[in-house]
Amino acid sequence: MPDPAIEIESLEVVRGGNQVVRSISLAIEAGTITGLLGPSGCGKTTLMRSIVGAQITAAGRVKVLGREAGSRELRPLVGYVTQAPSVYGDLTVQENLEYFGRVVGAPGARATETIGTVGLSDYTDRLVASLSGGERARVSLASALLNRPRILILDEPTVGLDPVLRAELWRDFRELADGGVTLLVSSHVMDEAGECDDLLLMREGRLLRQCAPDELRRETGQQDLGRAFLKVIEMAGRS
Amino acid sequence: MSPRIAVATGRRVLRQVRHDPRTIALLLAVPALLLVLMRFIFDGQDQVFQSIGAPLCGLFPFIVMFLISSITMLRERTSGTLERLMTMPMSKLDLLLGYGLAFGALAAAQAIVVCSVGFGLLGLTAPHGAVLVGALAILNAVLGMALGLLLSAFARTEFQAVQFMPAFVFPQILLCGLFVSREDMAPALEAISWLLPFTYAYDALARAVSPTPLGSGIVVDALVVAGTTIGALVLGALTLKRRTP
Ligand SMILES: Nc1ncnc2c1ncn2[C@@H]1O[C@H](COP(=O)(O)OP(=O)(O)OP(=O)(O)O)[C@@H](O)[C@H]1O
Ligand SMILES: [Mg+2]
Repeated sequence: MPDPAIEIESLEVVRGGNQVVRSISLAIEAGTITGLLGPSGCGKTTLMRSIVGAQITAAGRVKVLGREAGSRELRPLVGYVTQAPSVYGDLTVQENLEYFGRVVGAPGARATETIGTVGLSDYTDRLVASLSGGERARVSLASALLNRPRILILDEPTVGLDPVLRAELWRDFRELADGGVTLLVSSHVMDEAGECDDLLLMREGRLLRQCAPDELRRETGQQDLGRAFLKVIEMAGRS
Repeated sequence: MSPRIAVATGRRVLRQVRHDPRTIALLLAVPALLLVLMRFIFDGQDQVFQSIGAPLCGLFPFIVMFLISSITMLRERTSGTLERLMTMPMSKLDLLLGYGLAFGALAAAQAIVVCSVGFGLLGLTAPHGAVLVGALAILNAVLGMALGLLLSAFARTEFQAVQFMPAFVFPQILLCGLFVSREDMAPALEAISWLLPFTYAYDALARAVSPTPLGSGIVVDALVVAGTTIGALVLGALTLKRRTP
């Protein structure tokens, strides 16, 4: 296997006095889409924050593209979309993207182009505060696509989006992955898990399983990935 | 550090303000209106109005920029945009410089209006030129901004941030010598007043609007203000964390 894009070794994270990530080790191959799944509060966001270097960790190592997570050289190469849209409500869509574009040094035309990618061309001059939740989430997503990062960490990017748009975005994600971008996408929607090359199943801070969707289906004898996941949890509970 | 990012940040903050016309109107009109109010409170007491109103022209921007910069930074923290920026190739200094550019520009606009009204219409005098008062106003505004940014790190909510105004700014206004000369205060207070940056901001302005020749005192004052600003910005940068718990 070529050098993994993301490599985590015995990661431990303590938040608010609780251990919320427990000795997680994993490797993510470049140019793939990995789905991060697990119940609410299991530590998905915390794991993602550790990968972008925003999280203070208690122990372990996180390497991205061979470098220490969060190091200066990685900042232009890693895009992160937080779970709650992090954009300026008192700026228009265009102004938000122009600003983030300047910060990451993307060419000027990229803002308009990226607005098109997330299907917001008709909203260019709308104040972000006046957009719906799903629209705002797309502005946040667009802001991370501006500089064409090599690694994209997306925390529930499709929440609140309609099925059509969701399918479109997954097509975009696939296109990015085909172009060599490594995506880590957390989700609650199990039918999205089928779109991923690889799945990470988490529960209570632990990584239960890392495998491809088909492998999960085969192993559990469940066609439906949602049920397959429940089965994995069940088996983990028994052992 | 990158000037491109600092300028982009300054423009972004100004654009945010521009989408809020009421704030702009308040920003520009309120200090001038307060000055008019004072003119009539001290009706017939030209000397008193001069000794309080003239320095105030250069102190308003400090007070206002302290407040709006701390709220803007707090919103940056709570909305997650700060976290996003900190994962981007942006240095903390770029962010703070950007804020400095934006609030410096706003302070300049505010100073122009309040100085025009004060020195042009209300009969206040600036023997060393209203431009000097305006320049000090901008310097003070940037100090107010730097302190506001620093203190915003200690506020979790906007309610708390607003309370920093009476907690940190009001005592400095009372102690700076604007209303009661420092020599007349209890000795302990006088000593304390010399530890507060606002005292130097006021002292520079008092010299700028008094007819006595400018000595080196005003330079010392301005240097203290500038030095405190840099110190507060450095401390402010330390409160911006790329990694959080
Ligand atoms: N700022 C914080 N301080 C203290 N504890 C926190 C903080 N943020 C999260 N936690 C705790 O850490 C655990 C993991 O949280 P995390 O946000 O990573 O979960 P998640 O899997 O992303 O959940 P969700 O699917 O609801 O987004 C939770 O138990 C949560 O209560
Ligand atoms: Mg989460």
